[in-house]
Amino acid sequence: MAVRVKIPVPLQRLTQGKEEVEGDSGTVISLITNLDRKYPGLGERISEGGKLRRFVNVYVNEEDVRFLKNEETEVKDGDEVSIVPAIAGGAS
Amino acid sequence: MGFVHGLKCRECGREYPVDPIYVCEFCFGPLEVVYDYEGIRKVLTKEKITSRPQNLWRYIELLPIDGAPTSGLNSGFTPLVKAGKLATLIGVKELYIKDDTVTHPTLSFKDRVVAVALSKAREFGFDTVACASTGNLAHSVSAHGAADGFKRFIFIPASLEKSKIVASLVYDPNLIAVDGNYDDVNRLCSEVANKYRWAFVNINIRPFYAEGSKTQGYEILEQLGWKAPDAVVVPSASGSLLTKIWKSFKEMKQLGLIDELHTKVFSAQATGCSPIVAAIKAGVDVIKPVKPDTIAKSLAIGNPADGYYATHVVKESGGFGEDVSDQEIIDAIKLLAKTEGIFAETAGGVTLASAIKLIKGGHIKEDDVTVLCITGNGLKTKEAIMGHTGEPYHIQPNMKSFEEALKKINDK
Repeated sequence: MAVRVKIPVPLQRLTQGKEEVEGDSGTVISLITNLDRKYPGLGERISEGGKLRRFVNVYVNEEDVRFLKNEETEVKDGDEVSIVPAIAGGAS
Repeated sequence: MGFVHGLKCRECGREYPVDPIYVCEFCFGPLEVVYDYEGIRKVLTKEKITSRPQNLWRYIELLPIDGAPTSGLNSGFTPLVKAGKLATLIGVKELYIKDDTVTHPTLSFKDRVVAVALSKAREFGFDTVACASTGNLAHSVSAHGAADGFKRFIFIPASLEKSKIVASLVYDPNLIAVDGNYDDVNRLCSEVANKYRWAFVNINIRPFYAEGSKTQGYEILEQLGWKAPDAVVVPSASGSLLTKIWKSFKEMKQLGLIDELHTKVFSAQATGCSPIVAAIKAGVDVIKPVKPDTIAKSLAIGNPADGYYATHVVKESGGFGEDVSDQEIIDAIKLLAKTEGIFAETAGGVTLASAIKLIKGGHIKEDDVTVLCITGNGLKTKEAIMGHTGEPYHIQPNMKSFEEALKKINDK
């Protein structure tokens, strides 16, 4: 079992069209670094200098990592990680 | 017709064609519509605008559609009410209410953005429209979509006020009530939008949709006699309306339709969900998300994606931000109703209560011509003020009973 990572449409070109890929346990940022080896280019789309980009939201088991430990949030086998563009979204 | 060049990433500047896309493939920054302002400047005059019907499409050159509009033909051009009594009470000389409580057809400013979004969805050839909403947008997409003949999927937090749920259901959309808050609904919808080819007005149609908010700004300037106010107070959920009102003012200045722009832009939020105002007060542009806890549900976005840009607008314009408690919101709703006869929803209470604090704090000066953006109708959120109003005088159907009540009233 591995970490399940959901890939948003704008990045699926880098994952050969796959909506979900498998990643390694560790921290969010190490997960992204490792995924970048398998899917080159993915890392720089999501992060910059070891930090998540401003308009990228990452959820671990449906919780926004900014409520956890940001890039250092731990992920373990069986966890689900969602990468979601911040859709500059309002709907009042 | 049609002055749109294309789409451009606000972060890295990469350009894209006009498509139902919303994020930069490279850096995930939001995409923004790019216009040919030189071309618009040549054709758009005050005379041309004022000769047109009184709806938001009178500014069509500055809206991102190519052909004739197909949605919201009666939306917009709401009253700008000069609020003399309220001005005296809260301590400014000249105060105006931009009264979007009476926007056609669903009584909130969302009719503006949806008019543009559904006209664009039609141009793109979609047959289904959808949205994630805390209420007002749900009503607007349900109603406009019904009139325009779209299939409709509306996603809302299941905890919404009952009156807001009924006000969507009456238009017979597919209403999906999600266990979770607005941010949860939004996240789910961005995943749904990935899978189904629907026009999600606030996701894949967002760059076009958001432009509709500018019409509130254009109208304020036109209704002030083609002049910019000194201060404008805008309720902030995602922060989008605030940034678009500023954009509309700058466009009018760039096009020469107003001579001068010196407006300070102020953000208003509920204390129970104030990530944008917290950043403004701290003097930073990093938005720390929060878990919303406020009666102002239409502003309860804990993770406001335009918050970063909103803080920049506030800074650039020399404005500020203020946040207010639930009790202050209720008091302000009642104050606006009893002084100016306008019944606003909770977001309107947030705006007025914040304005009062901004005036007291010296951020808005007595001489500043001030506009409050009141964005939705109070009949939608009656629950919020139930138990906080006065009581009726209960009498028997005879004169004696009435005279007794009248005495009580006169003795008050």
